[in-house]
Amino acid sequence: MKAVLKRIASMIPVLIGVMLLTFILLRIVPGDPVSILLGEHYSQETIDRLTRAMNLDKPLWEQFISYVLGVFRGNLGVSYTLKRPVTALILEAFPNTLKLALMGAAFAWIVGILAGIIAAVTQNKAPDHIFMGFSLAGVSVPIFMSALFLQYVFSYRLKLLPLTSDGSAVSLILPAVALGWNSAGSVARMTRSSLIDVMEADYIDTARAKGLLRTAVILKHALKNALLPVITMMALQLSSMMSGAVITESVFSVPGIGRLATQSIMNRDMPLLQGTILFTTVLVILGNLAADLLYSVVDPRIRNEG
Amino acid sequence: MGSGNILEIRDLHTSFFTDSGVVHAVNGVDLDVPKGKITGLVGESGCGKSITAKSVMGLVRYPGRIESGSIRLDGQELTGLKEKELRKLCGQEVSMIFQEPMTSLNPVLKVGRQVAEALRVHRGATSKAEEKQEVIRIFEKVGIPEPEQRFTAYPHELSGGLRQRVMIAMAMIMNPKLLIADEPTTALDVTVEAQILRLMKNLCGENGMSVLIITHNMGVVAEICDEVYVMYAGRIVEKAPVFSLFDETAHPYTKGLLASIPRISGNPEYLSTIPGVVPNMKYLPTGCAFHNRCPLASEKCVREVPEMVETGEGHFCRCHLAKAQTARG
Ligand SMILES: Nc1ncnc2c1ncn2[C@@H]1O[C@H](COP(=O)(O)OP(=O)(O)O)[C@@H](O)[C@H]1O
Ligand SMILES: [Mg+2]
Repeated sequence: MKAVLKRIASMIPVLIGVMLLTFILLRIVPGDPVSILLGEHYSQETIDRLTRAMNLDKPLWEQFISYVLGVFRGNLGVSYTLKRPVTALILEAFPNTLKLALMGAAFAWIVGILAGIIAAVTQNKAPDHIFMGFSLAGVSVPIFMSALFLQYVFSYRLKLLPLTSDGSAVSLILPAVALGWNSAGSVARMTRSSLIDVMEADYIDTARAKGLLRTAVILKHALKNALLPVITMMALQLSSMMSGAVITESVFSVPGIGRLATQSIMNRDMPLLQGTILFTTVLVILGNLAADLLYSVVDPRIRNEG
Repeated sequence: MGSGNILEIRDLHTSFFTDSGVVHAVNGVDLDVPKGKITGLVGESGCGKSITAKSVMGLVRYPGRIESGSIRLDGQELTGLKEKELRKLCGQEVSMIFQEPMTSLNPVLKVGRQVAEALRVHRGATSKAEEKQEVIRIFEKVGIPEPEQRFTAYPHELSGGLRQRVMIAMAMIMNPKLLIADEPTTALDVTVEAQILRLMKNLCGENGMSVLIITHNMGVVAEICDEVYVMYAGRIVEKAPVFSLFDETAHPYTKGLLASIPRISGNPEYLSTIPGVVPNMKYLPTGCAFHNRCPLASEKCVREVPEMVETGEGHFCRCHLAKAQTARG
């Protein structure tokens, strides 16, 4: 428990660091937010008024401090383009992203682990080669390609699933598969090699000497050990799912955080971009924390050290 | 089948078909384990002791396999048995414990459950409480202190000696007729080694169980064995009752082994008195595999594989010079 609190406390400097980075980054990129907001044909007076209203006339450090204080109060500022509080926009979009990421992860993990197991037990035989071929394709094809392919086959040709998504579960199936495809490939490869490694272990001999048949040996003795490294990787992938979701969301027009982020970049909507980056960072950190906790639940050797 | 042997191995050949050549790990082994006795199998590292044992348990892994020969357990032929039938015998009729007590227990399962599993495989599921009672009883029998607490321990929470006792408990819980112990004390320190050996000897005496103990330590042989097989490069080179082996050593290799018993526990695998190393099993020397390290080797030893000859009562030796030696002595 103490270890968990320690981990959470150690997140705070990371967060402040990210805030500082995005803050600086967005102020050194060319393009003045006020003129972006107003367009071209406005008087100097209007520009000055807006600059004051947005605190842009204050020294940078003051802008930063008021930004940080705001963040800790849940205030991420107001989107320039959408004219609404960033927090509200993010909270509206987040459930869709979360659903997409979870569905993508579920697809990747279930398919990846099953394929990995089958490949491992049929090592060097036909099913192994087939699954590993697929997983290589999974790892090497970029998301937007598999996304377009899925859209073509399942929406355009077979008309089974909608081309774009409104956030509903059914409309998220294709995006989730597109998003999970990559990770399914790496989960499958890792499960396979890890399981093959574990099957070499001495305690596998012990289990067989006890009289256990192959399936029981795999399910009761090998799998739990083999999945330890896979779990860490899967949790790390949960974070990369978030970045993958950005691309997937724009291909399928899913109304999520990713789309907010792309929009904010296109429109130089600083508060919105800062907000989405910060929010995603928190998610990634929490994802890693969850991975560590999960790992310690599965592996008794780590649990004892805490 | 009437014979007094629980295990009879005849002309066993087990080989590994690697990319770079065939390794004849077990090269025509004959070995008997008499009922109720402790039989030793000794030899330097890499001479094929473990693979002989694993051949019995059906644990030889790809690219290895049993090429030919016969393995009879209490009269029943094991080679060619279906995996399912062989597994039924393993744990129930014949059990095995391994050299490394850390790596031979599953690190993520509680030791009590791992032992209980040996019950469940053969008897089907009974109540967990009942299983636990039985495991605790066997824990007590093999001298595990505070068995209740140890039941829920993970392997890494136990000392090497305790882990090996857990392994013994696991192997003993179904009361097998034969226990194969592959270097059960090599990873332990000397005092713990003595305790474990005494335990195995007692269990053997009480239950009428037979034991095949594999070791490269002549001290262990002297301590508990009734009969001993000496193995070199995949072959049995000498077989004798334990006293006869020490008093009327016939094979030059065995003499080397005996001369190298460490007086003070040093590195037991290092045999300073035999020059050279165990030959690469891919390129076995012609004739007697020991000829290139043997102080007495003649031209015949390079040419011909020696036959097993009887040099004393129940004392056999595979050496061209064996008869001459006993005649002289
Ligand atoms: N998987 C394997 N592939 C190739 N050779 C092997 C394999 N396992 C064992 N061997 C060979 O079999 C021989 C006997 O090994 P082993 O029975 O383990 O020796 P030990 O007498 O030390 O127990 C060794 O020379 C080793 O090189
Ligand atoms: Mg060995």
